[in-house]
Amino acid sequence: MTLAGTWRLRHQRYQLQGEVCEKCGSLIFPPRDVCPECEAPAKTPYTFSGRGEVYSYTTVYHPPAGFEEDAPYTVALVRLEEGPMVTAQLTDVDAEQVEIGMPVEMVTRRISAEGEEGIITYGYKFRPVLRRTRG
Amino acid sequence: MRDVAIIGIGQTKVGEHWDLGLRHLALEALQAAMKDAGVERADALYVGNMLSGELTGQEHLGALIADFAGLRGIEAVKIEAACGSGAAAVRMGYIAVAGGLADVVLVVGVEKMTDYLGPRVTAALAMAADADYEASQGVSFVALNALLMRRYMHEFGYRKEDFAPFAVNAHANGMNNPNAMFHLKVTPESYARAPMIADPVNLLDSSPVCDGAAAVVLAPIEWARQLDHPVVRIAASAIGTDALAIHDRRDPLTLEGAALSAHRAYQQAGLGPKEIDLFELHDAFSIMAALSLEAAGFAEKGKGVRLALDGEITLHGRIPIATMGGLKARGHPVGATGVYQIVEVVQQLRGEAGDNQVPDARIGMAQNIGGSGATVITHILERVG
Ligand SMILES: [Zn+2]
Repeated sequence: MTLAGTWRLRHQRYQLQGEVCEKCGSLIFPPRDVCPECEAPAKTPYTFSGRGEVYSYTTVYHPPAGFEEDAPYTVALVRLEEGPMVTAQLTDVDAEQVEIGMPVEMVTRRISAEGEEGIITYGYKFRPVLRRTRG
Repeated sequence: MRDVAIIGIGQTKVGEHWDLGLRHLALEALQAAMKDAGVERADALYVGNMLSGELTGQEHLGALIADFAGLRGIEAVKIEAACGSGAAAVRMGYIAVAGGLADVVLVVGVEKMTDYLGPRVTAALAMAADADYEASQGVSFVALNALLMRRYMHEFGYRKEDFAPFAVNAHANGMNNPNAMFHLKVTPESYARAPMIADPVNLLDSSPVCDGAAAVVLAPIEWARQLDHPVVRIAASAIGTDALAIHDRRDPLTLEGAALSAHRAYQQAGLGPKEIDLFELHDAFSIMAALSLEAAGFAEKGKGVRLALDGEITLHGRIPIATMGGLKARGHPVGATGVYQIVEVVQQLRGEAGDNQVPDARIGMAQNIGGSGATVITHILERVG
């Protein structure tokens, strides 16, 4: 990913910023500027909560170039509570503990690195929702 | 519109061709197809290819291969639609001949994948996915299919071993195809022991990285009637599309692009799934075979795996698939695969499929999928007379 490409995606990567369709109210992530439900222009920003649940998951043992250092890692399709689905890595969890339907929340983490001196890309990953106990 | 026939077919063996470059592979398939058709010249050449730039440092394949094949000067371009590039190129050739813009059209699908190993090839293949929102997260193509397979098992209550018939059938058929990459007997037991590559996808669910080229010659149907081969016409040629990213689809377990593509093809041909004698589908992964069977109307949603378990996908079943080994056993040289599928359907319809001949095959369907389902090209071929 180039520096300019990373910069263009900063609102999505760091805040899960998508769009809302002014005509039919659809919430959209990733942003696409045309509503997939009613085809109206949809450019109004909408920031998602970052909460959702695991729709499906797997573990990558044979990673693409650029991700070798992190393998094995778990990737998932996460259904956000607002409706849209996101492809992302899971973090702070053992692969054996993941299951379909598990509640997760977005965190910002290092996604990939291009060697010692290249660009380090940060973005969203998802972790199990931390259970708070009453003190 | 003119009726279009496939008057010649050619293919190289699929495998690791250390001794042959991209242009040599393409030439071998093209020369075989031109010899089969008895033609020495053509009006146009369409080259299906996905990864030549990334894996061999060579783009601009249209002119390159036309020149290398002794056809310098003719119209020639490369067509790209990820793993669907091969059938997309056939579709472009069909449009040219059907529309009366060309009489003899050559189509070659070619891919050279084995000069690099591992991560480089995995990253190249991931270019068929959404670069900003899928590949950038470290998701490989195997992983995308694993996500679909796990959810499918969860929703429809299948066990891992229920997918074994797809690998058993493909490899049984590959045994009798001299051009197949693998000649390997697979049993439910060996499937159960296969190494996991992205849970629940194991090695025998997957198609191999390999090299290969396949070619066809297209012409108006009158040309075909003057040759010795049985006449095989293109009864339908259709493309359907869907969102590139799985997360952008309405229902990840419904291949809407495949359903659209098949529906359009059935309409053009005036046929339905009941009339199809064999189906060369895109079994890059077992889960894709199941979802394709469902999208093309051979099984209800969630019943594609059941169809395989009932033995209906074998050479003597209701709908034979992967009759020459499919993507798993013949191999999946990505941009060439769609042309291999069409070559194999022609072999079946001509009665040239040897030990794998589907009895009385008259109508065959080929479906080539780009990416995880975003571009789907369906062709229906029919033996005439
Ligand atoms: Zn809308």
